[in-house]
Amino acid sequence: MAEFLAEYGSIILVAIKDTLVMVVLSTGFGYLLGIPLGVVAYVTDHGSISENRVVNTVVGWVINIVRSIPFIILILFLIPYTRFIMGTASGTRGVIFPLVIGSAPFIARMVESSFNELDRGVIESAQAMGATNFQIIRKVLLPESFPSLLRGMSIATITIIGYIAMAGMVGGGGLGAVAINYGYYRYERPVMNVTIILTILLVQLIHVAFNLIVRRVDKNK
Amino acid sequence: MIEIAHLTKEFDNPDKTRLGVLRDVSLTVEAGDIYGIIGMSGAGKSTMLRLIGLLDTPTSGTITVEGKDLSTLTGKAKIDYYKTVGTVFQGYNLLMQKTVAQNVIFPLTLSKGYDKAAAKKRVAELLELTGLTEKADVYPSQLSGGQKQRVAIARALATNPKLLLCDEPTSALDRLTTDSILGLLSDINRQLGVTILIITHEIAVVRKICNKVAVLEGGTLVDNGPIGEVLDSDMHPITRSLFFGKGEI
Repeated sequence: MAEFLAEYGSIILVAIKDTLVMVVLSTGFGYLLGIPLGVVAYVTDHGSISENRVVNTVVGWVINIVRSIPFIILILFLIPYTRFIMGTASGTRGVIFPLVIGSAPFIARMVESSFNELDRGVIESAQAMGATNFQIIRKVLLPESFPSLLRGMSIATITIIGYIAMAGMVGGGGLGAVAINYGYYRYERPVMNVTIILTILLVQLIHVAFNLIVRRVDKNK
Repeated sequence: MIEIAHLTKEFDNPDKTRLGVLRDVSLTVEAGDIYGIIGMSGAGKSTMLRLIGLLDTPTSGTITVEGKDLSTLTGKAKIDYYKTVGTVFQGYNLLMQKTVAQNVIFPLTLSKGYDKAAAKKRVAELLELTGLTEKADVYPSQLSGGQKQRVAIARALATNPKLLLCDEPTSALDRLTTDSILGLLSDINRQLGVTILIITHEIAVVRKICNKVAVLEGGTLVDNGPIGEVLDSDMHPITRSLFFGKGEI
């Protein structure tokens, strides 16, 4: 045990930190991109507040195309762009960009489905009060679906953790990379086991934390 | 107050060609009326309310409210119109993540630079009027159906509208609660001078609070006028069965 810690302790600690940084940054930026995309997809939908077939179709296509590409392929495909934007295509830094691009369409769909859960009557009554579309988005759509958005965020974050592990195969950092580089290529079985346990703990922690927050925040129960 | 002339509404959606259409409906609502619009589901009642509430546009015909032809309203004039009309829905349509007081203040917060102190005072008055003062900080999910509808009514009155449109306001409520909501609407009409247009499929609602009634059947107005006159006239069979049949269709 002491031997294991001496050899891999610091490597694993750095990997945990890297994973957490990647999770937070890519989820954050993913939502920065995904929420506007989800809003546009929702409001331009048939029968919604700003129906627009062309915009809706284009946004739908963009979302679906990116979602169709397996994430590992997307990372490789994006390498030149990642280099251009982030300055490098490897390590923690190099992974954030493909993670954001890969998760934003998924997040957009989650956001859109949260909005779809809302009773359309609430939006209609805001219209009947003279709310502008912008006011409806800001004062009705987002606050009313907030608990559902948080539930979606829990799922999105956990999906992103899976993406991060995949990115470990192609030069990314974090727990996935440690599992692959030490646990797999060097046949260090204990390293593999430890990274798996840590990942399970991380996912559980995120799940429980989000559940607690949602329970606090949701007033409609 | 409201002048409806030759109002026709068709839907291009093939599923709806028969339901909710309106054919050449003309109707006058005077200030102070509590006008009941009654008919079977699909008769076009809700369509009519949506047209008056400017949530939809007619295929032909005109609606004039206080001298303003609704089809000419755009931009700011349209927003202003929405603020002179309050709407109450069958499903309450409350903001579930906001408290009762926050729901009632909501329409006021839509105006830029609204007076916060005045809005607060207005909310307190409305909660008093609707008997919800003690529920100010409660969330709608903790309220009964009748209480939710009271919140919706308070909210609809926030901007001091002259006209209140009610779409089946009591259809989801039991009889006792229905009576108390109707009593509230009647008080609002008398005390605040708000003209009320109420859509319903229950004749009891019309009998209790309306002074005039319009009967819609398949998109056409079959009987219309002060309740006494309608009862004295040669009623359409639908009207007869409404008033003297089971009382509900």
